[in-house]
Amino acid sequence: MKKKRRTMLYIPGNNPAMLQQGGVYGADSILLDLEDAVALNQKDAARILVRNILQSTNFYDSEVCVRVNHLDTPFGLEDLNEIVPLQPDAIRFPKTETVEELAKLIKIIEAIEDKHNLPHDKMTIHAMIETALGVQNVFEIAKFSKRVDAITIGGQDLTADMNIISTKDGSGIDLARKMIIMAAKANKIDAIDTVFVDVNDEEGLRKETEYGKQIGFTGKAVINPRQIDIIHDVYMPTEEEIRKAYRIMKEFKKNKKAGIGVFAIDGKMVDAPVMTRAAHVLELANIDFDSI
Amino acid sequence: MKIIKKAQSGSFESSDIIVLIEPVAKDKGRHIEIDSTVMLEYGESIEKLILQKLDDYDISDIHLIVKDKGALEPTINARLETAIIRASNLQKGTL
Repeated sequence: MKKKRRTMLYIPGNNPAMLQQGGVYGADSILLDLEDAVALNQKDAARILVRNILQSTNFYDSEVCVRVNHLDTPFGLEDLNEIVPLQPDAIRFPKTETVEELAKLIKIIEAIEDKHNLPHDKMTIHAMIETALGVQNVFEIAKFSKRVDAITIGGQDLTADMNIISTKDGSGIDLARKMIIMAAKANKIDAIDTVFVDVNDEEGLRKETEYGKQIGFTGKAVINPRQIDIIHDVYMPTEEEIRKAYRIMKEFKKNKKAGIGVFAIDGKMVDAPVMTRAAHVLELANIDFDSI
Repeated sequence: MKIIKKAQSGSFESSDIIVLIEPVAKDKGRHIEIDSTVMLEYGESIEKLILQKLDDYDISDIHLIVKDKGALEPTINARLETAIIRASNLQKGTL
């Protein structure tokens, strides 16, 4: 079953208390952050700390990603040199704007992997889109390499780059959100929404997550563990949806054996797109299709 | 590795440790001061980690002070490594 990415919890890379507890919050993914969450004069300390934590800490079922600094900074290359040999599940690359810089990143990653006799197909890359140029190029970025298995949007940096005011309704970045989703869907990879910064506004978070789910985001970045349950709740299908999906998939299996491709349930036609949606509902509900 | 300047790493936050290092004259040996909120239970293991790290870097002359707020082993190792590298002026990729 494909691993879910409903929540991606940011953890500051120079905070030992939060890093060592990263796996206990129940987020689908945790993001150990060497970039914006770390002061410029503590980049070395955070990198060394994250390396030590990665070597010794159990993060349970959470996917482990490390957000490195951009290669245009004095920190990015050293981040990769320290982190790539440990092969976290993914590297998150900030401010991805062009396929050329993605090519440069992958070349460096693969050179480090070669040096350490590591495969090129284990650790994936999440390309983070945070500028107008990145949004314009997002389809090419999403399809550039099989290693890119998620596109994420960084709303704060994007609003700054677009020189617009960040609003709770997200209207300024709505087009960017949809372009990113479409690029990800066209390439069959995940699309992750930006953080909701007001941790005290739980209704606002729920509303934004519902909207994100409706337009196609696979999940959402999280800045506080308190936000995790709300997002998981939004992404959890209702009992009625699960029962319906279960019936569809059961009938599908039965009819497949009999060589029937299209059938009806309660008088409604069930074809391939309906089954795809039903399979997705069961996946979100942690029900293994093969067990039906 | 030679300690050539004063350096510091870590913080006073819970689960962290502050490491302060300063150079001493050659053949003065290792002067280590440990203060921890869990001194009774873990003082010895903290000292063991410090000595191991100094051995790893082949450092025999140093003044090292740690103030621990309940850091776990990976954090202690990371903060020691950061302070040693900074004190040896070998840090990379930082400002």
